[in-house]
Amino acid sequence: MIPLSHYLTLGAILFALSVVGIFLNRKNVVILLMSIELLLLAVNLNFIAFSHFLQDPAGQIFVFFILTVAAAESAIGLAILIVLFRSRRTINVEELDSLKG
Amino acid sequence: MNFASLNAAAARAEIFLAVAACAILLLGVYGDQARRAARCYGLSLVALVIAALLNGLDFSAANGSAFNHMFIADPMAKLLKIAICVLSAAAFVYGRQYNRHRGIFESEYYVLGLFAVTGMLVMASANHLLTLYLGLELMSLCLYAMIAYYRDDRLATEAAMKYFVLGALASSMLLYGMSLLYGFTGSLQLSVISSVLTADAATAAQPQAAIALAVVFIVVALAFKLGVAPFHMWVPDVYHGAPTSTTAFLSAAPKIAAFAITMRLIVGGLNALPDIWQQMLILLALLSVAIGNIIAIAQRNLKRMLAYSTVAHMGFFLFGIASGNAPGYSAALFYVLIYALMGLGAFGVILMLARPEYEADQLADLKGLSKRNPWLAFLLLLLMLSMAGLPPTVGFFAKLAVIHALVQSGLLWVAVLAVLLAVIGAFYYLRVIKLVYFDQPPSADPATAAQTTTTITEGDIAVSPAAILLLSCNVLAIIALLPWIHYLIAICNEVIRRFAV
Amino acid sequence: MLANYFPILLFIVVGLGVGAVAVSVGKVLAPHKPYDDKLAPYECGFEAFEDSRMKFDVRYYLVAILFIIFDLEIAFLFPWAIVLDEIGAFGFWAMMGFLAVLVVGFIYEWKKGALEWE
Repeated sequence: MIPLSHYLTLGAILFALSVVGIFLNRKNVVILLMSIELLLLAVNLNFIAFSHFLQDPAGQIFVFFILTVAAAESAIGLAILIVLFRSRRTINVEELDSLKG
Repeated sequence: MNFASLNAAAARAEIFLAVAACAILLLGVYGDQARRAARCYGLSLVALVIAALLNGLDFSAANGSAFNHMFIADPMAKLLKIAICVLSAAAFVYGRQYNRHRGIFESEYYVLGLFAVTGMLVMASANHLLTLYLGLELMSLCLYAMIAYYRDDRLATEAAMKYFVLGALASSMLLYGMSLLYGFTGSLQLSVISSVLTADAATAAQPQAAIALAVVFIVVALAFKLGVAPFHMWVPDVYHGAPTSTTAFLSAAPKIAAFAITMRLIVGGLNALPDIWQQMLILLALLSVAIGNIIAIAQRNLKRMLAYSTVAHMGFFLFGIASGNAPGYSAALFYVLIYALMGLGAFGVILMLARPEYEADQLADLKGLSKRNPWLAFLLLLLMLSMAGLPPTVGFFAKLAVIHALVQSGLLWVAVLAVLLAVIGAFYYLRVIKLVYFDQPPSADPATAAQTTTTITEGDIAVSPAAILLLSCNVLAIIALLPWIHYLIAICNEVIRRFAV
Repeated sequence: MLANYFPILLFIVVGLGVGAVAVSVGKVLAPHKPYDDKLAPYECGFEAFEDSRMKFDVRYYLVAILFIIFDLEIAFLFPWAIVLDEIGAFGFWAMMGFLAVLVVGFIYEWKKGALEWE
């Protein structure tokens, strides 16, 4: 039996990795979208682990909804990516710097 | 389990609005091509007004709940929902001409707006982490799309991308905090979470350190969503980059919805742990009033300046929550409602000044406005006085209520700092008034200069009188409400007294 | 009071540490000896026909976006189908409501021409 703390640690590591991924990545917006997806998966792991150890299905149902919202979110993200590429011919994060002040 | 036990009637405004949005979405792809957008725009306004009425009709009814207590209808939710619907409808009216000039006057834009409002209404009534999250995401996803809707514009698409990435990060942090809260309390229901935490606090059973982690994640995520310093970096970029019609929409109703989730989560769910979140909120509020007011002085772009002013105002309303007592919550509610009214009015004025190919969003564009357009100049004067919190306006009473609540809860030093920072903030509002009334207009009127380069006829450019009339009512409310100010504050107090946990 | 925040500090430090370590270990330990043959794209023994980082037609993205949105309904339909005899008419009509919303979206994308390839 794997203890709860192992799941939580794995979730925390995944979460931290993807936050670092968002802030370190200077090259490609698609990698940002992947990091965001990983963030939500880390949270899902937490919810499922708690749900199992509490013997309460509510947490797993929450995960279903998070998965659905994650899909909608990546769809919107991809759509924004396309309009961004159309207007500037680049998806390099470093070149997204027109807004300053 | 059956349909009657859901008590779905309590959520009738949300259900109506969701169905109406679906219907308008379908209407937008059928029928006469040329008139689709105008028809969908009109129907969206009607839907918003009906949704507001559905909430207003049984305003003082007893607290109700629906969907197994996942959704509650208390007076606070109803008051916030009426404000959200009315202000969103007004934002649509102000932005109509602007959108037409920029090719974003399309049915989908208004359908996205309606779905965003549905999300905000769900947030206002959420009593369960799931409903809260779904409402928040429904609102956020629609807002990202509404910004990116100006698809040929470099700034708008960049703003949408930045907002999307930081918004998604904030949502994930909120979820992470929620998952920890779920693990510690064993429930997703806010009222159950609250009672478990209260019981644990009484027996000191809960490991404080562990629960503090959950609270930190939730507060940081809320700070992101509210746009409070030091998590405010997206606010100026988004306000600046978004098409002004969307900025006006963003500046009003989503702020009210953000107030709602702060109340539901912090005051409703975590009310047993004030000593954990109170200090954090005070720190966030102080930082954002300071940073917002000081950086706003350096701005040349009017939309960016108003964005930093939003950061400062959000900080000010957070003082009310941070004071941790009923008068504070009531003051915060009053503040956020008044701020939404003022913010919408300010962006409304920019929308009225904008012309095709001319955004009217530079501070220099306001020079000598009083000679070109005395009425809009006067409206801007009232707005700036009220935002600065000077006496003959409701903005003053909103600030006064917050300061009073701070003093009452013994946070005198915070109150003093808040007043000092508000005085610094008054500087850049008064500078706008100076530009409008005392500076010489540029030799050529920028609006007419822009017009000569385009081939659009005069009739196309004119802003509709109805929009001007509505904007005037919106702005004049800032002083017209003064005789009823005690009545308004009493409503806020009563609403908070009946706040359902 | 401040001691309560210690795990948060720990969390941030450990989180940043894990992220930084994972990235830098890859940089430091991985052998890095590039030469022409290794960097050349491999395509079944042929010379590569075109650049491997070619741009995809934007229409693939549109299909991908629509697919992402519509494929997840199955995640709700499976558990629903398994317990359908226990949840009865209520469960049935609740799912019909959900599907009706999806159908609205489907009609919209169809009428908008998003399903046409040309």
